Amino acid sequence: MTIAHDATRYATAGDYFALMKPRVMSLVVFTALAGWFAAPGANDPVLVFAAVLAIAAGAGAAGALNMWYDADIDAKMSRTRTRPVPSGRVAASEALATGIVVSVLSVVLMALAGGALAAGLLAFTIFFYAVVYTMGLKRRTSQNIVIGGLSGALPPAIAWAAKTGSLGLDPALLVLIIFMWTPAHFWALCLYQRGDYAAAGVPMLPVTHGAAATRTQILIYALLLAPLGLAPVFTGLGGWIYAAVAGLGGLMFVTLAVRVARSRAGDAEGEGGAVYDARAENRPALHLFAFSILYLFALFGALLAEHAFGLHWPVVMGPVVMGRVIS
Amino acid sequence: MTPEAERARNRRNLMLALAIGALVLLVFLVTIVKMKAGVMERSF
Repeated sequence: MTIAHDATRYATAGDYFALMKPRVMSLVVFTALAGWFAAPGANDPVLVFAAVLAIAAGAGAAGALNMWYDADIDAKMSRTRTRPVPSGRVAASEALATGIVVSVLSVVLMALAGGALAAGLLAFTIFFYAVVYTMGLKRRTSQNIVIGGLSGALPPAIAWAAKTGSLGLDPALLVLIIFMWTPAHFWALCLYQRGDYAAAGVPMLPVTHGAAATRTQILIYALLLAPLGLAPVFTGLGGWIYAAVAGLGGLMFVTLAVRVARSRAGDAEGEGGAVYDARAENRPALHLFAFSILYLFALFGALLAEHAFGLHWPVVMGPVVMGRVIS
Repeated sequence: MTPEAERARNRRNLMLALAIGALVLLVFLVTIVKMKAGVMERSF
């Protein structure tokens, strides 16, 4: 869907909110909430709210900095050209100022609510996304989203650190799951939007190495992700509900990735446009992209349900200690 | 500045004021929770 820019419209608070990539923020909030509730300890509602808000604001601030820096390439891509900066509703300098101010406020709030470790991790996450990924990797290497994906993977660990003041095997596993999920998720989208990325000169894998290599890479990451998704069951973090979701979800993820690998998705040149719109041969990639979002929400939703609503029945009892004591 | 631009600016300022007010309230509540936890720890 393309929204025509109305030059007479003045910026609203909503435009500034849009700078913070609310869709990305929703996933960050969800995984952070799951990380918080999965961690051992008491759940003070004020601290939960403050910590998750700080993580969401930090992610949003990083998004605003990304929009400031990437305004030139956003203007060339149909998916991003209606964003507040390229459409002219918000000045680039204001996006930069918003990003910096909200970054500082989010880290300060996290230091108050969650302590130094969580605040340091949040600051690192913002820096990694805005500087390492946006300014460093994105325009230089086809591995941009693989390495840059670390910033999107850290929120559950930040929430865990905010609650417990420490880290361990369990939060590391949650980070690893999102880290391994990101390439398959993003490359599935890139396969049917490669025309956009090529036009903007962003070296995404389908642009630099071709669609066939990307389809193979997606399958490799899916095969690594599916068993990794089950790992929290063996530390005791995930119970029966999580095990069922991770097992079935992982199986479905791999099935869809195999379909992508056997398809001709991304072979046609020049496609770009809406996120949920693709021509027939690209449908397997669209299906995997859509399912990958559901998969991650379901995994962390299962964790949240188990730990926040008392539905956690461990599958494996012994190694529970292993996951909790390393701190 | 046109009247419409001024109205848009006023609306943005109002939202900003509300956001700052909410942040101040949240920092106050977090401080209270942390102080309470500190007092409880000392009393044991």
